[in-house]
Amino acid sequence: MTISVSVSTQVLDIQQLSAALQTASLGKCGALVTFTGLVRDFSTLSNVDALSLEHYPGMTERAMAALAEQAKDRWAVEHVVVCHRVGEMQSGDVIVFVGIASAHRAAAFDAAQFIMDQLKTCVPLWKKERSNGQWHWTAQKDSDRSQAARWSAPSGNGD
Amino acid sequence: MIKVLFFAQLKDVLGTGQLEIDEPINDVAALRRTLQARGELWSEYLSAQRALVAVNQTIAHEDTRIGPNDEVAFFPPVTGG
Repeated sequence: MTISVSVSTQVLDIQQLSAALQTASLGKCGALVTFTGLVRDFSTLSNVDALSLEHYPGMTERAMAALAEQAKDRWAVEHVVVCHRVGEMQSGDVIVFVGIASAHRAAAFDAAQFIMDQLKTCVPLWKKERSNGQWHWTAQKDSDRSQAARWSAPSGNGD
Repeated sequence: MIKVLFFAQLKDVLGTGQLEIDEPINDVAALRRTLQARGELWSEYLSAQRALVAVNQTIAHEDTRIGPNDEVAFFPPVTGG
């Protein structure tokens, strides 16, 4: 069982991250689930021309590791990788990568979704966008809050 | 001495990312009140509805105890991922 979390100002290479996870998983794991979050082409949505992420150095890593630990306690997963990009980024860049390896697929799917849902409400990262030369902080979405809340619902069956 | 950090919008609005508090403070609620007394913007942006708190890099609540040398951070709801 391994947990690997990181925060980076550099471009995240999902091929490399996936390959490393696959190598670590050989033999014991029958399932490997990865999620990659990308920066959308903001120019088509609005006059946003840049995007940047601020974080709380130290706590960000701790919070991501805590989520990985919770996932490990809740599902039979072997390896958990969580990488988050910070700083200024371009359209098409990888913002976040979550990779889970487990013996069977259900645990890996659930753990990956759990980590992403929780990350959006528990990990100290803040997005800002630039339009017309001015930076604006992004507000948290209600949908992100409800996605995260479903994991603590008594039935736990989502919606 | 308590180290207080502000992030994201709070840092911009309050014009500082870090300050130190020397007076004795027992818990998050007391620290919040002390900081909110600094002015209108402080009062507005540090309200419990707007600002989350972490003590020593773990999410905290109003009754979380604070001692000397603790690091307390205030920040808006998170928007990563």
